[in-house]
Amino acid sequence: MQRTLFDKIWDFHRVAQRADGRDLIYIDRHVLHELHAHHAFAQLQKQGRAVRRADLTFAVQDHTVATRPGRDDDTNPSGSAFIKAMREGCRSNGIRLFDIDDPEQGISHVVAPELGIVLPGATHAVPDSHASTVGGIGALAFGCGTSELAHILATQVMALKRPKRMRVQLDGQLPGQLGVHISAKHVSAKDVALRIIAEIGVAGARGYGVEYAGAVVRAMPIEQRMTLCNLNIEMGGRSGFVAPDDMTFEWLACRPFVPQGAAWDRALQQWRTLTSDDDASFDREVRLDCTGLEPQITWGTDPSQVVGISGRVPDPAALEPSRRAAAASAFNYMGLAPGTPLLGLPVDRVFIGSCTNSRLSDLRVAAELVRGRHVAKGVVAMVVPGSSSVKREAEAAGLDRVFREAGFFWGESGCSMCAGGNGDRGQPGERCVSTTNRNFENRQGPKVRTHLASPATAAASAIAGSIADARQLAPGMA
Amino acid sequence: MQSFTSHTGIAAPLIKDDINTDQIAPILHSRGLKEDYRAMLFHRARRREDGSEDPNFVLNKPQFRNAGILVTGENFGAGSSRESAVWSMLANGIRVIVAKSFADIYRENCLQNGVLPVMLGAELGDEFIARVVAVDGQAPFTVDLVTQRISGPDSDVGFEIPAADRTRLLEGLDDIGLTLKHAEEIVSWEQAAQATQSWLQLARDSRSSAVKGVRK
Repeated sequence: MQRTLFDKIWDFHRVAQRADGRDLIYIDRHVLHELHAHHAFAQLQKQGRAVRRADLTFAVQDHTVATRPGRDDDTNPSGSAFIKAMREGCRSNGIRLFDIDDPEQGISHVVAPELGIVLPGATHAVPDSHASTVGGIGALAFGCGTSELAHILATQVMALKRPKRMRVQLDGQLPGQLGVHISAKHVSAKDVALRIIAEIGVAGARGYGVEYAGAVVRAMPIEQRMTLCNLNIEMGGRSGFVAPDDMTFEWLACRPFVPQGAAWDRALQQWRTLTSDDDASFDREVRLDCTGLEPQITWGTDPSQVVGISGRVPDPAALEPSRRAAAASAFNYMGLAPGTPLLGLPVDRVFIGSCTNSRLSDLRVAAELVRGRHVAKGVVAMVVPGSSSVKREAEAAGLDRVFREAGFFWGESGCSMCAGGNGDRGQPGERCVSTTNRNFENRQGPKVRTHLASPATAAASAIAGSIADARQLAPGMA
Repeated sequence: MQSFTSHTGIAAPLIKDDINTDQIAPILHSRGLKEDYRAMLFHRARRREDGSEDPNFVLNKPQFRNAGILVTGENFGAGSSRESAVWSMLANGIRVIVAKSFADIYRENCLQNGVLPVMLGAELGDEFIARVVAVDGQAPFTVDLVTQRISGPDSDVGFEIPAADRTRLLEGLDDIGLTLKHAEEIVSWEQAAQATQSWLQLARDSRSSAVKGVRK
């Protein structure tokens, strides 16, 4: 029978069917973070249950850690209890923790792939809805709640209902994929993902495992694929992935936790089988022609309220009736009237970071744009690398200096302003261009107005002091 | 987990689609390991800019202050996987959420905590919301999981729920316990994976000399 890649990974990992009809899916790599893990540790302790496979379990401090240089446990006072509880829970359960001062600390979704902890065809779980970021290397990931996290710790499996299968086919070619054009890299996976969410809505992938395919995906570098898969949950999908290919294997080779020697060769042989069969059928197919796609940006308070950068805040009459009430509420919160152009809207704050867009390639794109320029007067601009490894590599390449000289804050790695769990927040009423994943009301601070966009758009907007099109910025001076 | 058979309470209408977990259980400035889940529920929506209670928010209205059933629109619980968005319901005595539809992870989190997620779909959802609005908290509704019906003043609505989810809630089954009935199969799977895709069973830092190896 013709099977999708989703089916292949699912079936391989299916341990048993439980009495209630749920499939028990083995989790090859489980990564915890400090915000939720302590509840699960406490729950297991109360039940007298042990962590079954500490050797397949990893932990990071990411959600609550301060980004200020020289940070410690107490720099963010409301995080210190979480950080300490995590340390103690990992110590007593024998779990490898990337602690706040570890040279490889960072956001779980950045750290797990960059160290090769998660692998193509492997299953992966994180108590965080953006777990599917690692779908970019062909892993099948599940974001989970705290009870599910305790369940995985105790059993190493998840009890899941088999989702339906969706394929998002991305046809054509992004401008940057031509390689030479001045706008190269200024239209990226972030723009593609926002456009998909705009097309199918915030619940469009609910109940589906999503495979991203097509020429645009095949031409995307691995870190872009991670951005694409990261935003899968913003259209309601728990798992999203790209079939691995040679680009994936090259990206992974020699990373510290990948199989070595003969084991790598055997793994590679198996990974080459990780594709959907030609005639495999999907429960839903979505196609998007990406040729000519312009940078995308959100205007509202959910990630489907998106327009092209040259567009305007929509007229409610042009929206589907079911979306008008949400739009009206978003106009009010965002302080925007229908018909307002996005370009030129003054911004107070710019954030470049988060599991969506904080990898080295993201920072390079942003740095190229800001090199030799300065952040506009009155704009607070921050760059927070996704991991301490990314930070170190960026510093080795001199990117930190580029950002600092341009007036950006250059922080220590963590989730930072994505959800503000570490105290990094905007001020009420501020308009913020952010490379994160959620523009929900109050997420980046009470009354903060968030516009989601790519690193290129964010960098260009920081320089312009208003929402800007990176393609229109002249090349950097240096 | 506490079991669920039936629940009688005031039904509060929160008529909006796509309510996300950031709204249900916001991350607050000062926080600790022991959170006040009761205060957390819709913390921001319940307050005006000056910090005082917003009398217009449905759960602040006198007739809905002790609501036991929340009635809402499409895709309830979208966004972050935080389970506090369910714990804060429980802390306020809300054991049933009736929605047109639910976000996947949120629905799972409800089942893990003995909160009944009733999905009515768009059409029936609209009818029920209209009924709840008309009753305006003046009389309770009873949600019965045994008969799969919601009854209240001049209304009696049936609902569907997957049989396995229903059993799990009715019996208050321990999810980990259910899975551990398959403990031997988990071991067998590991042995098979070790034989065919050994790299899945070994997560080792090749730079470190300390060989952790596979358990047992």
